[in-house]
Amino acid sequence: MRRRQFLFLSAASIGGVLVYTLDRRASRMFAQDKSTQTLKIPLRFFTEEEALIVAAAASRIFPSDDSGPGAKEAGAVIYIDRQLAGPYGRDRYRYTQGPFDETAAREFGYQGKETPSQTYREGLKTLKGFDKLSVEEQDKKLQQIENTHLFALLRQNTIEGMFSDPVHGGNADMIGWQLVGFPGPRMSNYAEVDKHFGEAFRPKPISLEQSIGRKVRPSEDEDRKA
Amino acid sequence: MKTLPSTDVLIIGGGWTGLLMAKELSARTPVSIVVLERGRDRRPDYISGMDELDFFVRMHMMQDPSRETPTLRHNDNERALPIRQYGAFLPGSGVGGTGEHWGAVYPRLLPDCFELHSQTVARYGEKKLPQDQSMQDWGVTYDEMEPYYARSEREVGVSGKAGNLKGKKIEGGNIFEGWRSEEYPMPPTITPYLSELFRGAAKSLGYHPYNNATAVTSQDYTNPDGVTRPACAVCGFCERTPCMIGAKAQPTTVLMPVLQKRKSVTLRTSATVRRIVHDTSHDTSHDTPHDPAQKGGKARGVTYIDESGEEVFQPADLVILSSYTLSNNHLLFLSGIGTPYDPATGKGTLGKNLTHQVAFGVQAFLPKPLNKFMGAGGTGVRIADFDADVFDHSNLPFIRGGMIGAMSVGTQPLSTFGNVPRSMKLPRWGAEWKKAAIDYFDRTGVVSFSGEQIPYKGNHFDLDPTYKNPLGDPLLRMTVNWRENERKMVEFMNEKMVELGHAMGAKEVTPFPGYADYDVTRYQSTHIQGGTMMATSPDRGVVNTYTQHWDISNLFVLGASTFPNSGSSNPTPTILALTYRTADAIVEKYLKKPGMLA
Repeated sequence: MRRRQFLFLSAASIGGVLVYTLDRRASRMFAQDKSTQTLKIPLRFFTEEEALIVAAAASRIFPSDDSGPGAKEAGAVIYIDRQLAGPYGRDRYRYTQGPFDETAAREFGYQGKETPSQTYREGLKTLKGFDKLSVEEQDKKLQQIENTHLFALLRQNTIEGMFSDPVHGGNADMIGWQLVGFPGPRMSNYAEVDKHFGEAFRPKPISLEQSIGRKVRPSEDEDRKA
Repeated sequence: MKTLPSTDVLIIGGGWTGLLMAKELSARTPVSIVVLERGRDRRPDYISGMDELDFFVRMHMMQDPSRETPTLRHNDNERALPIRQYGAFLPGSGVGGTGEHWGAVYPRLLPDCFELHSQTVARYGEKKLPQDQSMQDWGVTYDEMEPYYARSEREVGVSGKAGNLKGKKIEGGNIFEGWRSEEYPMPPTITPYLSELFRGAAKSLGYHPYNNATAVTSQDYTNPDGVTRPACAVCGFCERTPCMIGAKAQPTTVLMPVLQKRKSVTLRTSATVRRIVHDTSHDTSHDTPHDPAQKGGKARGVTYIDESGEEVFQPADLVILSSYTLSNNHLLFLSGIGTPYDPATGKGTLGKNLTHQVAFGVQAFLPKPLNKFMGAGGTGVRIADFDADVFDHSNLPFIRGGMIGAMSVGTQPLSTFGNVPRSMKLPRWGAEWKKAAIDYFDRTGVVSFSGEQIPYKGNHFDLDPTYKNPLGDPLLRMTVNWRENERKMVEFMNEKMVELGHAMGAKEVTPFPGYADYDVTRYQSTHIQGGTMMATSPDRGVVNTYTQHWDISNLFVLGASTFPNSGSSNPTPTILALTYRTADAIVEKYLKKPGMLA
């Protein structure tokens, strides 16, 4: 077994809200001084080096800028790390019998042999030092790999890390939902659905656990299908 | 192999059709019934059903492709590749099957769908028929189906407004629908903003918009079995998820409350049926070739792998095959029942007339926010002015059509974030894209189309020669592609839909790129039909119009696999209506005098 890896981030860089205890449960931290506080986040799949590359790439795909917070504040890298360590990462629910035809037309979907975790592990080797580049150099590098399977996963998983329920490790403080005005899993809109025509109706977001009033065990923590 | 005590009736698949058949038979006869369901009872998981990642993206309700999936190719000369992840269609697994995560859209087929071949020829002549088509009338007509449709609507509880009550056309309903003997059990569901915009646009262009019929409650509802469900809360988590309050009709909320009280019914979960055992095959060997000359055989039961992993033999007097279209075909092929269809010679029937509905959308970028998170399955406004043969095709390069509409089923960000007007010419990532995607997130309305694919000689099922499932059985193979008729239809509808999008107030509408080859990654619908189609004679179909197998009189097949062609309508209403019709035939005729009913 490999030595446990951690990602060290300044509290400010992920909104200063998410910390992980040793049993890997997220909890909230209210830092007195966000700018100096450092968070030590245990990684489930990535090495620290890989996590820094993925965090940097996710930040270029979904940057933090004038139009609002991005992958950095949402903690998308934490989401991706947890997904890759779970059934998704090892293709538990994909048909993975051969023969494989990597040259298949796009209409047949991804026909490769690699699992998402393998695609990341192999692909990230080609991005060594990415997190140390300037943003202009980073964008250039991403443009070069734009048509690769790795980039397709990076883009898709980053969006997932922005907008999935916070129980999955991303979308910290429902920051992604606030960004687009999505209120999360509200149990009823009955009284509102035929009102607000032509104007934004933006209830305060709630998470799944808040909505149903109990803890949820997300799929990345176990195999629930049968 | 262990042999279990025999049962009178054995039902394969615990979804809409299997459980409805179990309910009907157990209510009206004393027979013992065993239902075998491959999946497990997922109801304990439903509490987290409003999680978009697990239920929409990781597809928690769907079949596990690592255990069962088909392969696909575009024509008989290609090597098929496995559908490694579901995309174009999403079969369910577990108690309730696909009926647990369906969208609940509940329109009947139009009357001429049952007589596709003869009606088309009567209106346009033989030469209008598309090349290589294999259209064939069902042998049962809409008039015969009407009472069964009405019964199914009362049972599942459908919200809608009639447009044709006993021949009288009613504005506000779908005036192009077949005649109805009664009004819908409930008024239509509430119309959200996007769908209301569509209604206005459709009216302004002279069309006939109506509220779509849906098996979602618009008020508290008690069905004829005394099962009560509350009014829908419009939470927006409906398709791909189970309903949190039971407002969407699901087999577990409509049928299970009744079945749980029936002592004659045993439901076994995690029970994977491997073969239907019949007296033209050995008991245990799985590779017995079928002798088509030997007709009049009998099913003796099924072998299945039980919860503990052991393969057992369950004898039965009557076998009902009621799984999804793919598994219905797969099990008949694996069991060596029926004569496989050969596209080269046109001989044989098993696997013939595979159809998958045509479905696509255009994106209308609208000026005002839509609050799209509010919605419910099947809720929305549609027009049928270009459905079926409602409009004249004399001067058009295609036949048939479909429904256009703006549905408000509730949308979540993972599935919909990222759309921006094409004219902005943006990359799919980075700062500019992010800004525009946030800006348009709640202002992108989809105008969608659901239409018919006519059957073709070259679109069919058989067994794949290369790929196997973990049990060592060959996967089912789909040979399917679009033809000129679908491509021209899509082109025509695309234009109408873009026009409607502009009439809704959109500054820009992104048209659909058009139909090239069948694409397994783009969701169409979970409406795959055919392969075990019904016909009035054994040389033209796998089952008769009572969906009884032509070769084996104690085997019935339920589901859209018995459809000779697709309609533009979602298949479940017709599937349930046919199930009632078969149930009546079994209760009133077959059980009194077992044998061929036709």
